[in-house]
Order: sequence, then structure tokens, then C-alpha cells
Amino acid sequence: MTRPLIFEISKPGRCATSLPELDVPRTDLPEGLVRDDLGLPEVSEGDLIRHYTHLSQINYGVDTGFYPLGSCTMKHNPRIHEALARLPGFVHLHPYQEEQTLQGALFMMYTLQEFLMEIGGFAGVSLQPAAGAHGELTGVLIMRAYHLDRGDDARDVILIPDSAHGTNPASTSMSGLEVIEIPSDERGDVDLEALKAACEEHSDRLVGMMLTNPNTLGLFEKQVEEICAVVHEHGGLMYGDGANMNALLGIARPGDLGFDVLHYNLHKTFSTPHGGGGPGSGPVGVAGPLVDFLPSPIVTVDPEKSEGDLPFFTLSRPAKSIGQVKAFYGHFGVMIRAYTYIRMLGRNGLRRVAEHAVLNANYLKDLLKTTYPLPYDRICMHEFVLAGPPEDVQDAGVHTMDVAKRLMDHGFHPPTVYFPLIVEEALMIEPTETESKDTLDAFAEAMEDIVAEAREDPEVLHQAPLKAPMRRLDEVKAARDLILRWQPEEGEA
Amino acid sequence: MPYIPHSDADRKAMLEKIGVSSLEELFEDIPEHARFPDLNLPAPLSEIGARWELGSLAEANLSVAEGSCFLGAGAYHHFVPAVVDAVISRGEFYSAYTPYQPEVSQGTLQAMFEYQTMICELTGMDVSNASHYDGATATAEAVITAVNIHRMRRKKVLLSRYLHPEYRDVVRTYTQGMDLTIVGDEDGSGQLTEQLDKETACVIVQYPDFLGRFEDLSDLAEAVQDVGALLVVAADPIALGLLTPPGEFGADIVTGEGQGLGIGLTFGGPYLGFFAAKKKHVRKIAGRLVGQTTDAEGERGFVLTLSTREQHIRRERATSNICTNQGLMALAAAVYMSALGKCGMRQVAELCYHKAHYAADRVDALDGFSVLRDKPFFKEFVVRCPKPVAEINDDLLRKRAIMGGYDLGQSYPELEDHMLLCVTEMNPRQEIDLLVRTLEEVTS
Repeated sequence: MTRPLIFEISKPGRCATSLPELDVPRTDLPEGLVRDDLGLPEVSEGDLIRHYTHLSQINYGVDTGFYPLGSCTMKHNPRIHEALARLPGFVHLHPYQEEQTLQGALFMMYTLQEFLMEIGGFAGVSLQPAAGAHGELTGVLIMRAYHLDRGDDARDVILIPDSAHGTNPASTSMSGLEVIEIPSDERGDVDLEALKAACEEHSDRLVGMMLTNPNTLGLFEKQVEEICAVVHEHGGLMYGDGANMNALLGIARPGDLGFDVLHYNLHKTFSTPHGGGGPGSGPVGVAGPLVDFLPSPIVTVDPEKSEGDLPFFTLSRPAKSIGQVKAFYGHFGVMIRAYTYIRMLGRNGLRRVAEHAVLNANYLKDLLKTTYPLPYDRICMHEFVLAGPPEDVQDAGVHTMDVAKRLMDHGFHPPTVYFPLIVEEALMIEPTETESKDTLDAFAEAMEDIVAEAREDPEVLHQAPLKAPMRRLDEVKAARDLILRWQPEEGEA
Repeated sequence: MPYIPHSDADRKAMLEKIGVSSLEELFEDIPEHARFPDLNLPAPLSEIGARWELGSLAEANLSVAEGSCFLGAGAYHHFVPAVVDAVISRGEFYSAYTPYQPEVSQGTLQAMFEYQTMICELTGMDVSNASHYDGATATAEAVITAVNIHRMRRKKVLLSRYLHPEYRDVVRTYTQGMDLTIVGDEDGSGQLTEQLDKETACVIVQYPDFLGRFEDLSDLAEAVQDVGALLVVAADPIALGLLTPPGEFGADIVTGEGQGLGIGLTFGGPYLGFFAAKKKHVRKIAGRLVGQTTDAEGERGFVLTLSTREQHIRRERATSNICTNQGLMALAAAVYMSALGKCGMRQVAELCYHKAHYAADRVDALDGFSVLRDKPFFKEFVVRCPKPVAEINDDLLRKRAIMGGYDLGQSYPELEDHMLLCVTEMNPRQEIDLLVRTLEEVTS
């Protein structure tokens, strides 16, 4: 059954909304600058709601079921967040209103900045970056600006482990800097000797290092303090990719471990929904010497306008700011959700989040490691990486992608596949703390059933998914045909 | 409440399976001195407590719904039909991740394919990506795209002075490590085309411009393309319901802020950056693209495509670092454009146009005020005021809870005492008349 596009159910003259009559005199339209036609669909409200309801029913979300996508922290999204983010006193605020009409909003932002500083161990926070990768770009530009401000203008190299997220090297090159890759050792940690050698070789050019900790294997870099010390010795700064911060909430503060800059992912760690690909929010925390370089604006207290105990909050530009990284002040709607999360959990609640995220990951890892090869067998943090299906099954031509697709038939969303790049056939699994033992047991059982099935009849796995809304989709054809928009049939339109 | 489902018995069984005796034991890799910090955070709130606290913070603001709003300047008080929130509140959409597994993500993917089509129609362009963070970052990415199309051999970028001041700031922030020469917006004198040369990678103008004005861009497009550069147009999508789309003028890339398309003001975000281009540039552009294909049974379906441009494949050689974008906001825009459709989009644009002109005529007739009328304008216009804008706005707010226009002197020294007023379909005639009366009152 092919589902129609909204354009294909359109009929001339339909409209799903009503607008007021014009209540002022008409003015002549600008001659020669008015468009002839606009090819948008024409549908009734009932048709519109059915169309999008049908689309939602063929979409898998955390609300639908277990979503163990590694490095994405797909935890439950509390409903109270949605209700509070829709309060009229938040939704209907214009970014250029007078500050005296915005004190509630600015108080919330100021306090969230303070919370994130405390949780991460930093001296300053900017809430402006819109997503994790945007936070990375912001952080790298801050590091670059710091060196330039000191007259240290030959520094143009950033060190990045081979296990890093792809956004790290991409953010670095967008900042005009060069990436040097550092290999991992046999334990899955940064190869310290290789790091030292790279620091020696590029000492005068070293801007710093980007490190994800826990790393993308889900392992805590035990030598993190030594790594920071080596980079600092050569004048470099340490950037922390906070994508995996869910393992560290209330457990350790990156600032205490030696990191100078870190981005937080509010849409992962702080439980704001991912929206099918955003909006996220990627605030950046920095150590004292970098505070002046934060993007503009940040929320501060204006002592002159404050009265007694009542602070007056204002938007201000840090002294040596790298500039704005987006228009206005960041994803305010996402901040409300993260603020509510932190307020409702408090100190102990945050620590319990990390403890149970790590408990769930280790439990599931130990359930699965007897069936699936586990390349780094040690206590993991919030996630772990398997090296695909067992060898005999791979020899029979069944690979990670087949396992992923077959999981859909068992009612689960697949894990992250083929990442990190340093593990062949990688299956990267992050259960999060909001899943129960029952769910983890059921998932492990499905994973075991799939291996048994592969040994019996590998063809079933190649055919999978059989019960999902669609059979396997041809990505090669999509790239070859490159159909990126709907076109009306000849004679239609 | 940490939303954890574990019973004590579950926890015990799980720890036993792992072979540790306590949760603490799972964290022995972490340096002891830094382990389990005593975080200074307030005591946790119940759900009722959170409603009280956030409710009082929301009430401490004055929302545009309580007063009347004539502020625009890049964020607009437009109508949001109820169907938009009804659709984007469905958990199947908002609790999903980026659609990496297409067989279980067809809802997101088909909606994005439809969104891409609508953006192409609206802008008059061939291809659209699946979104950027906002209009400013979409425009900065367009600059980087243009420089990459020229293989970094052209390093000059011309910005119109009447491109949104914050967009110009963001372009400079994004490209500060790229060794570009960014000029054109220093002062109001001279034409952009005078600075065009063979070093120029792209020219960026806003349509309507920051002062609300619009004009035929065909001659500019021709001049820009004559020297081999790209014309980037940052457009207001609501204006495109009425005005000639930039694609018809020959623009190479069209970007813009999609907030007006069914997304609340929300104090500046989350909004929606849209980005559309000519087909020949498709392999150089940033961002996710959804393409049509078929499944194993030949049924039509949709997948993310051309991902070899992107960071997760190409790492430091990617066209951009963008990963998470504004999926749910793009969905909101698609629902909005479906709900209004061909006729509704035109109707909203005409309501804005006629109401803004009515307001301009009335304000222009006041003693001491005059409206700048050097070019046609859409829903915003410049008013010269008889006293400082900040003083007028304070009075408007205090007396009638009116949010007056943007103070142009903040960004343009030559426009001191000039206000940018914005009128949309959300301002009934009585509100406009009240604004006019109050302006008269506070300046006489």
C-alpha cells in the first residue's frame, strides 16, 4: 500500500484554517512584484489531521518502545515538561521585548546557567548553542580566540581520538583548524604514548584536544587526568564532548577532571525530546580564563537596576566574545524543559539517573556478551559496543545491519550501527535509566532469538524487516535517482 | 523524581548478574577525589511544586498575548492554527530521534519530504534541505557553501547593510577561522554592486530587507552572476505568500527564518532555518536531505540521502558539522503550510500588507512622525520619531501595554530616533488605532 503525499490528496479550493476579514482599506499591491501561483496543498482540517496521524503511526519513538540508540540517550520525556513549556507567559514572548517585561524568563535562564555550571564544574555557561555540534563549534572557536587573544597565533591543531563522534573533526575544520587523529589502545582508551608524541610534535601549534568521556565505547577514560595534564603542559586546552554526560550526572564534574570547555546536550542528558531530529540545545560551559570569550549574549545581574534583594536580570555581551552563534538567545523552549528536569530531580535525583543508566548498561551488556562478541569486556558506563553477530553467523553472511533490521520485527528500535568506526560491525547500545529490567530482559531475549534464527535460516534476516511499516529501503537508489521533492504529474498542478 | 522504574528486587538481581555489590562499585574507574561531588542544587520539587514555580516565572513576564505587539525585526507575532500543536504534540513524532532507520521512521521522513517540496514551492528553488537551527545559521551556512563551491579560491563575501544585524554577526562568528574578507555592510553609502569583483564568492541580501523594504532582484542577480559569484537571499516566508519568489529573480541560494510558519515566538527559539538552492549545488550544501526510493516490494518510501556530504561519514571533510537540526519545527512549518494552503498563505500575506500600509498612513499623518517611503514595504516600515524611541516605547508600555517598534538606532547610528514598526494579521484595526492615538498622546 503506497501512502499518498499531502499533495496527492489536495483539491482546489480546500483550506484547513479560517482567517479574519480585512478590517482596513486595501492598498494597491506592488506592481510586477506579486507572484502568480503558489504550489501548496489544499486540504480540509479533517484530511490534514488524518494525514499526519497516519504518518505518526508509522514512526517509532521512545513513546512507542525501547530505543537503545547508542550515544543518543533516548530516555523518557516527562509530560510535565511539555505542559510547562507551553505556558502562555513563555510561548508568547518576543525576543526584543523590554527587559523589565522578561524578568521571569531571564531568571529561569540565569538559574539554568548556574545549575549547569554547578553540574559540570565550570565558571561560566552560554545557553545559546542550538545543538551538540553547534556547541562544539562554539567551544572550538572559544579555544581558538583564547590563544589569539594571548598573541599565540601559530596554534591551529586539534587532537581528536579515532573513536570520536564525526561532529568533532567537522566542527574543528569549520573553525579553520587542522585535525590530528590519536589512536586508541587495546583497552579502548586513548593511547597515551601516541598522545604524548603528538603533543611533542605539534607543541607550538596545539590549540587543544577534544575528548568524549565516557568515550564512544562507553568506557570511562581512566587516564583522563593524565591526558589533560599532557595537553595543558603543551599550552593546549581540553574540550569535553558532553554527549555522554548521562553517565556522569552527580558522579563526577568534567571541570574537576581537567576539562576547560564542555558542551551539554539538553536533549539527551536533560531529557528534552529529540523531536525526530531536533530541536536540541547545546549549552557550553567554560573554565574561568575562557568566560570572557563566551558567545553573546549571556544572562547577568545588573546591579544598578536591582533593588535590594531583588536582582534585575539583563542580557549582556562578554568582554571578548567570539560573537553570536545564532540569532537571539538559544532554544528557550528547550531550556524550560531542562530547568524543570533539574528542579524536579535535585542533587540526589541526578545522581540516581547516572547510577541507573550505568546499571542498565552493564546488566544488558552481561546478558548479551555470552551471545554477541564484546571487544572490551570491563565495567562500562551508560552504553557499550558489541562487535556484531557471532563469527559463525557473520560467516554465513549475516551482518550487523541484518540484526538491526530484524530487531524491528521484534518491536524494538535498533541500536546505533557501524559506529564507533574502530569496532567492525559495531552495535552500540545505550539503554538509559528509564527502562525497566523487564524491558532489558525482553530485548536480550530478542537478540538471542535473532542469532538462533540466523543459524537456522540466514535468509530471514536478509529479508528483514518483515513486520515493520516498510520492507528494507533502497538507499543506493535514493542517492542515484535524487528525487528530493514531489512533482505534479503532467497535466496536473 | 528521576523517572526510574527499578524495584529494589530488580536492582539487587541486576547487581548480582553484573557481579558487584553496590551501585557505587560501578564507578571505580573515576578518580576517587572527583567521585560523587556534593552538588549545590536546590531540593527537588514535586510536579505540583514545579507547576507553581514555573507558573509564577511565566506570570512574571508580559506576553504579547496580554498586550499588543508591533515588534518584528526577525521574530514575528503570526497566527498559529491549533492543528500545528496537535500534530507536533504526538509522541511518535517528538520522542523520535533523527530517522537513521528508515523502515520505522517513515512518518518523520515523509513529512520532511513534503516539507522540502513546500519550501521549494515557496522560494521558487529546486532543492531544499531538512532545516537549520534558524535563519541566521542557515545564512552563515550559505556563505560557507558559496566559498566551498569556489573551492576556497574566492574569499570575499558581500553583505547587505540591511541584512539582519544579528545574521551579520553570526556570519562573522561562523567564519572567523576561514580567513574571509566580509564587507559591504559598513555604511549606507554606495551600492553593493560597486564592490563586486572576481574575488567575490557571494552576495547576501534580505528580502524584504531588515527595514521591511523589497525590490526586484533580477538586475542584482545578473550582476552577481556575471562575476561568477552566488546570490544568497534571506527571505521572509510569510512575504513569499504574496511576493515574487527569489528563485524567479535567479537567486542561487534562498535561506530564511521559518518561525512565522506556525512556530511561537518563545523568546527567540527554537525556530527554523530553511535553506533552498539550485539543483546544481546539491552536493555542496549542508544539512540533511530526504530522498524518495522504494522498498524491497517496490513500494514508495523515503530515506536520508547524500549522506556522504555529512560529518558522520566524511568527518573533517564534511560540508558542515550539522547533525541534530530542527526536525520538529520543520514539521510544524509543514503542517502550517498544509493548513493554510495556497489561498491561506496569500491571505495572511495580504492581511499583513494592507494592515501595515494602513498603520503607516495613520502614523505618517501624526505631527512629528514621518514614514520612510523610498521603496515598497511589506509588513514592516521605518518611522522617524520626534523623540528617542526608548522613551516612546516606555510610555507605550506603561500606558497601554503596547510593545512598540524596534529601536533602529541600536544597530544603525544614522537611524537614531527611528523605529521599525511591524503589523501582522494578529493586529486588529482597533489595536492599530490605539497605537496611533497613544503615539500622539505621548509625543504631544
